Amino acid sequence: MASGSSIGVGGLFVNAEVTTSGRPVLRRNEVECFLLSSVDFDSEDDPPRFTALKSGNLILTTHRLIWIPSEPNGAVPSSIPLAAVTHIFSHKKSIKSMFHSPRIRFQADPGSIVVTIVFRGKGDFDCFLTKFWECWRGRAWDEEDKSETETSRSGGSATVAQGLYGNDGTVRMVGLAGILRKEQEQWESTDKSLQDAFQDLNALMSKAKEMVSLAEKMRQKLLSAPSSQNSSTDDEEMGSKEEMQQWMLSVGIISPVTKESAGALYHQELSRQLADFVRIPLEQAGGMISLTDMYYHFNRARGTELISPDDLWQACTLWEKFDVPVMLRKFDSGVMVIQNKSHSDEEVMSRIRMLVTKTEALRAGVTASDAALTLKIAPAMAKEHLLTAETKGLLCRDMSPDGLRFYFNLFPEIDLTNLHIVKDFGTYGEWVKATSILSV
Amino acid sequence: MQKLADFKLPQFFNYPPYFTLQPVRDTREKQIQLWKELILDYCKSQKTFLICVEEDFPLFSNSAIDRSLSHEAKETFLSAIVGEGRAEWLDKGHRKCLILWHRIQDWADIILQFVRDNGLEDSVMTVEEIRSGTESHGTELQGIDRTILMRALKLLENKGKLALFKGTSADDEGVKFSV
Repeated sequence: MASGSSIGVGGLFVNAEVTTSGRPVLRRNEVECFLLSSVDFDSEDDPPRFTALKSGNLILTTHRLIWIPSEPNGAVPSSIPLAAVTHIFSHKKSIKSMFHSPRIRFQADPGSIVVTIVFRGKGDFDCFLTKFWECWRGRAWDEEDKSETETSRSGGSATVAQGLYGNDGTVRMVGLAGILRKEQEQWESTDKSLQDAFQDLNALMSKAKEMVSLAEKMRQKLLSAPSSQNSSTDDEEMGSKEEMQQWMLSVGIISPVTKESAGALYHQELSRQLADFVRIPLEQAGGMISLTDMYYHFNRARGTELISPDDLWQACTLWEKFDVPVMLRKFDSGVMVIQNKSHSDEEVMSRIRMLVTKTEALRAGVTASDAALTLKIAPAMAKEHLLTAETKGLLCRDMSPDGLRFYFNLFPEIDLTNLHIVKDFGTYGEWVKATSILSV
Repeated sequence: MQKLADFKLPQFFNYPPYFTLQPVRDTREKQIQLWKELILDYCKSQKTFLICVEEDFPLFSNSAIDRSLSHEAKETFLSAIVGEGRAEWLDKGHRKCLILWHRIQDWADIILQFVRDNGLEDSVMTVEEIRSGTESHGTELQGIDRTILMRALKLLENKGKLALFKGTSADDEGVKFSV
């Protein structure tokens, strides 16, 4: 394997950018359409016109064919722009081809090089081929409107039997053949209106994509807007700015990974996409966010093609296998959270300690809501932290008709040999002082 | 600090978590020990020999902070004391608990001391006299729980320090000392 470079003669392949999780960085209007694993790019010419790319993931988008090595083996993620493809050879099925891995040949510039894609993995090869044709014909890079004619599905209408049409083009409804023909015609018209409806849907989808990219632009503007000079200290303005930001955040994803486009690699790719997405909500939530909250954020951003809770959970558990900076964590109570690997329990514990040793908290304890307000985290998270602090012996609990409260744990400071002693130093003394304000 | 009758309560009696059975093991251990000490101290000072779990026991609630022990907590703390030999359950349902703020052996020693102090080495007394007779006024034996007294006496009988015998009715059980 040639180390480092897979650029062939005349620059057929272009290096493809990837994120830290190994996902391709997409261009402005680029949408992913299909994903297959265990794919090779070969040159069947002799001598080969370019260095073969072996064993990678193939991602088909509206603009490119992207190849990402599945193992770090020195190969560089590469892509071929669909605009460079000049011809796709038709795929002939034969007895011979049944025993080989399926392959597609196409021709690309510069140099009219013939490239063979070999599919060694499992995956819907026929679906890929269809999508390949669609994307290539779609010419998204021309930024033409996706007109109805471009997305014509191959073989939509059934072939019309000749001979039953009259000279003026209308059908002759005669006899049994006429009845059959009538039914056929009805079926065809239904099919046609379905097609029309789907063209509209495709048009809608492309509009939706425009909306999402518009939102993305606005979000960028908001994030970089300097709020200093003419700040008439409008708290209201800041508030609504934050709201805008939230809303923008929620429409952040342009090209969702779907089961259809990723097939067997669905969970892996979802896992990577999730790792990228998770970063911002995690920061906003203070380093730890419950799985259910993430389910809400992620699906809201995806808009359509929602993922199931199980898919989300699967995607998180896969993080162990990749080198991503986030992890899934399960508390004793069963609550599952996503947290930054760098998030430390120690830091939270010291903040809780500060909270419960304040005079008021010494006297009356803290509830989960109190802690949530002070620590600026979700109440469910606050409760988990309080429970963890209790397990560590920092806090103890007080259960009453008023609810569950937590106090700084004074038990270790109380002397068993002399129950009445209160040392001058220590929190026990502080507590006595704090409560004596009340006692008569 | 508060008092219950003439008993001085410690500061931590006003600490709300003291009245909630703690789930964390180490914390609970300490809590149990504190309750044990407090219960024994209180019972000794008030000469309380019996705690009925289903009845109100002044030590088990604190109106100043509006807290009281749950049934589970009471049982846990009392069972811990039983486990250390300083109390006994009188029934299987754990409703009545005999508190041994002196152990039976300690009571036996007190009885022997009482016998010597009063020159009763070869005398005969009824059991009731031991606990309510004039000699016992002002001593620890005054008002001692009958069950505990009988146990102590039986212990001494096994050691040959006395002999128990029945009188004409149950109340008349008698003791002959041979200290």
